Amino acid sequence: MTLPPHLAANPRLSRWLHVTADGTVTLRTGKVELGQGILTALALIAADELDVDPASVRVVAASTALGPDEGPTAGSMSVADSGSAVRHAAAAVRALFLDAAAVRLGSDELTVRDGVISRTDGAGTTTYGELASHVDLDVDADPAATPKPAAERRLTGSDLLRLDLPDKVAGRPRYLSDLELPGQLWGRVVRPPSPAATLRDADVAGAQALPGVVAVVRDGSFLGVVADDEHAADRAADQLRRDATWSEHETLPDEDELSGYLRAGPSTTFTIDEAGGPGEAPERTVTATYSRPFLAHASIAPSCGLARWDGDDLQVWSHSQNVFGLRAAIAQALGIDAARVQVEHVESAGAYGHNGADDAAFDAVLLARAAPGRPVQVRWSRSDELTWSPFGSAQVVDLTAGLDAGGRIVSWDCDIWSQGHTARPGYAGAPGLLAAAHLSGGAPLPAPVDPPPERGAGSARGAVPTYDLPVRRIRGHRLEQVALRTSSLRSLGAFTNVFAIESFVDELAAAADADPLDFRLAHLSDERGRAVLSTAAERAGWSGRERGGDVGTGVAVARYKKGGWCAVVAEVEAVSEVRLRRLVLAVEVGAVVHADGVRNQVEGGAVQAASWTLKERVRFDRTRVTSVDWETYPILRFSEVPQVDVVLLDRPDLPSVGAGEVAQGPTAAAIGNALAAAVGVRVRDLPLTPDRVLAAMDA
Amino acid sequence: MSGPTTYSLTVNGRAVEVQADDDAPLLHVLRHDLGLAGPRFGCGVGLCGACFVLLDGSPAPSCDTPMWSVIGKTVVTVEGLADGDSLHPVQQAFLDEQAAQCGFCVSGVLVSAAALLAAEPRPTEEQVAGSLDRNLCRCGVQRRMVAAVLRAATGAGPDGHSPGDES
Repeated sequence: MTLPPHLAANPRLSRWLHVTADGTVTLRTGKVELGQGILTALALIAADELDVDPASVRVVAASTALGPDEGPTAGSMSVADSGSAVRHAAAAVRALFLDAAAVRLGSDELTVRDGVISRTDGAGTTTYGELASHVDLDVDADPAATPKPAAERRLTGSDLLRLDLPDKVAGRPRYLSDLELPGQLWGRVVRPPSPAATLRDADVAGAQALPGVVAVVRDGSFLGVVADDEHAADRAADQLRRDATWSEHETLPDEDELSGYLRAGPSTTFTIDEAGGPGEAPERTVTATYSRPFLAHASIAPSCGLARWDGDDLQVWSHSQNVFGLRAAIAQALGIDAARVQVEHVESAGAYGHNGADDAAFDAVLLARAAPGRPVQVRWSRSDELTWSPFGSAQVVDLTAGLDAGGRIVSWDCDIWSQGHTARPGYAGAPGLLAAAHLSGGAPLPAPVDPPPERGAGSARGAVPTYDLPVRRIRGHRLEQVALRTSSLRSLGAFTNVFAIESFVDELAAAADADPLDFRLAHLSDERGRAVLSTAAERAGWSGRERGGDVGTGVAVARYKKGGWCAVVAEVEAVSEVRLRRLVLAVEVGAVVHADGVRNQVEGGAVQAASWTLKERVRFDRTRVTSVDWETYPILRFSEVPQVDVVLLDRPDLPSVGAGEVAQGPTAAAIGNALAAAVGVRVRDLPLTPDRVLAAMDA
Repeated sequence: MSGPTTYSLTVNGRAVEVQADDDAPLLHVLRHDLGLAGPRFGCGVGLCGACFVLLDGSPAPSCDTPMWSVIGKTVVTVEGLADGDSLHPVQQAFLDEQAAQCGFCVSGVLVSAAALLAAEPRPTEEQVAGSLDRNLCRCGVQRRMVAAVLRAATGAGPDGHSPGDES
């Protein structure tokens, strides 16, 4: 038995687990709570393996000082990577406690239940708490410690209530913006009005003279204020904004010609997958192009950061997805030793990828330099959140396929045009922190890149269809210079690629005069894929595309990375408006750890994907981003949210994989397919707005 | 801009006097002067609902409600929905339905829901969704939240089952 990779990288058990005399188990993880419920899932795994009450497990936020380094909380990898590490670490800790119990109780015939360790003959008991001071966890995990077989897990797969929700429902302080340390000050950054703007001049005296202002900071195009109260900071920032002049430049593409922008290059072209020779000549060929625009994270909380300098030591509190990555990026940007920087994770609102969290932390670091020894909290404005957080890239997918006389796909040709999908701190060798590029002499941010294929790729994610396609050629084209900053947004390129593939498969089915469900099953031999597809169709009562009465039904299926499977059936009604009535999802993510957590993630992913599909598009003119608030960047509202049914297929025999991103692509495609069935024409460019539907009907 | 003024208002059933600038938003005073973290800052212009409080019984965005406009008024925040340690039925229903992910919008959603239930103890599903349309949720938990409000109204979930039940 070898250690799981994240435990091998952080083998010291005390980095993960600590037991105190009252029986409390403290679990430290390198993964962070983003609203996805990961802390609850990991607590459940630890409790299951240790045989303690889950209520006795306290999960502590990620910390560069005390916790394990597990890289970013991203890519739906937390349950797979951290889960396996926590399970093994807990098994190793349990074995050490059982050794100590055997000495104390004079027998190694022992059972454990709810933290109580008993002789099987009933002749004595002890507890984790009683043994805590006798067991040294400052040792490396024993590779031979074996986690329980799946059948002996009592909690895994159950519906433990989320540990963080009681605070959130009661309105208690829990988020970074709620944290107020002794002597704390508040900072605001006055950002440039457009992506390429540079500061021409700023009269700082007006802001400096306002009551409560501690400092005005100006460095290159980085402008900010520090005040002793949040309202004073807002007022001073408003004044400074009025007193600053900027040079602005027309650097943005035509928002109605994103396809031309993405294709214009220069691009890096790469082969994603290739198989089969020329093969038989197809009976007929079908071609179509699909696209999505730039999307915003649009988290409900604007990004926030908190920092304090004590001499050369820097303490940072952040809702970053990667506290160790942020520490390294800050150290690199400032040219200081990373050992002097400590980063603690504090929760904020939902993160769906690389948003402004790291940038806001660095803003706080820069402003806190003006007030040594005092913590400075920076909170972004809504407008800055929508315009300066990295976007999810626009993407275009060209597809051509050949069908034989029997309606089988005999060739598949795909070209993907996109910006890169990651610009996380440390990417391309750069710190990747927004303000670092605005400082005097600061290097511009490099163009975004893509994660390597072994980490799930970026623009290529989801590009290889799950179908049996003996002849296929799939290529990507990534822009080498970009007009808008983009980075990871939930499912990266897979959202657009799966939307394109699964819309196109519907068009192929129509060309072959086949039912879309039958057509998919005829090309899909993977049993797990067939299982989710059949389950979703059955639950939705699939009876073909048309439901009659202006109602259309659409189906789609995909596998996310090399992980979970998801099939979606959507029901759309089109009368005077397009109304998404229902989504039915069948999901299989291996062995389910926290069943309600999986359902919640799948429901939420489907609703967010529906919002992207139906409404969302970052707007801009040739100079400025013009999506600056919830009116110019609308998202799905309560009365627009469809009914969502999730069927979970548990496979205890398979490794657990993430659920947070499986629904994104198939939901979009199922909605597009349902809309096409309802109105009789197909819209291939997202979002599927009423204007686009009408234009397609008029064409 | 004038200097600080003393304001009298009722917050969560308690008469309070606070010193604030005339243009200070109510949200700022609630969070910083009265130590109430429940109302959250989301957008600053009343478009997302994260900062909603009950102002004389009606949901209102505290982020763009200036202090001069709330003199003598009654303010209830999410902290004031509970009766001591006993959660408001709609708060309990949110736990029963596990109706949150990040939870940042939840304070404001609960305030809107409590106002609805006070006015309409037996709302339909459409009424619930409609009454929450000024609250945005980005994690996509809307269906669970609607189910939770209906559960609070009827004392049970729509299908009689919740994640908190034994299964």
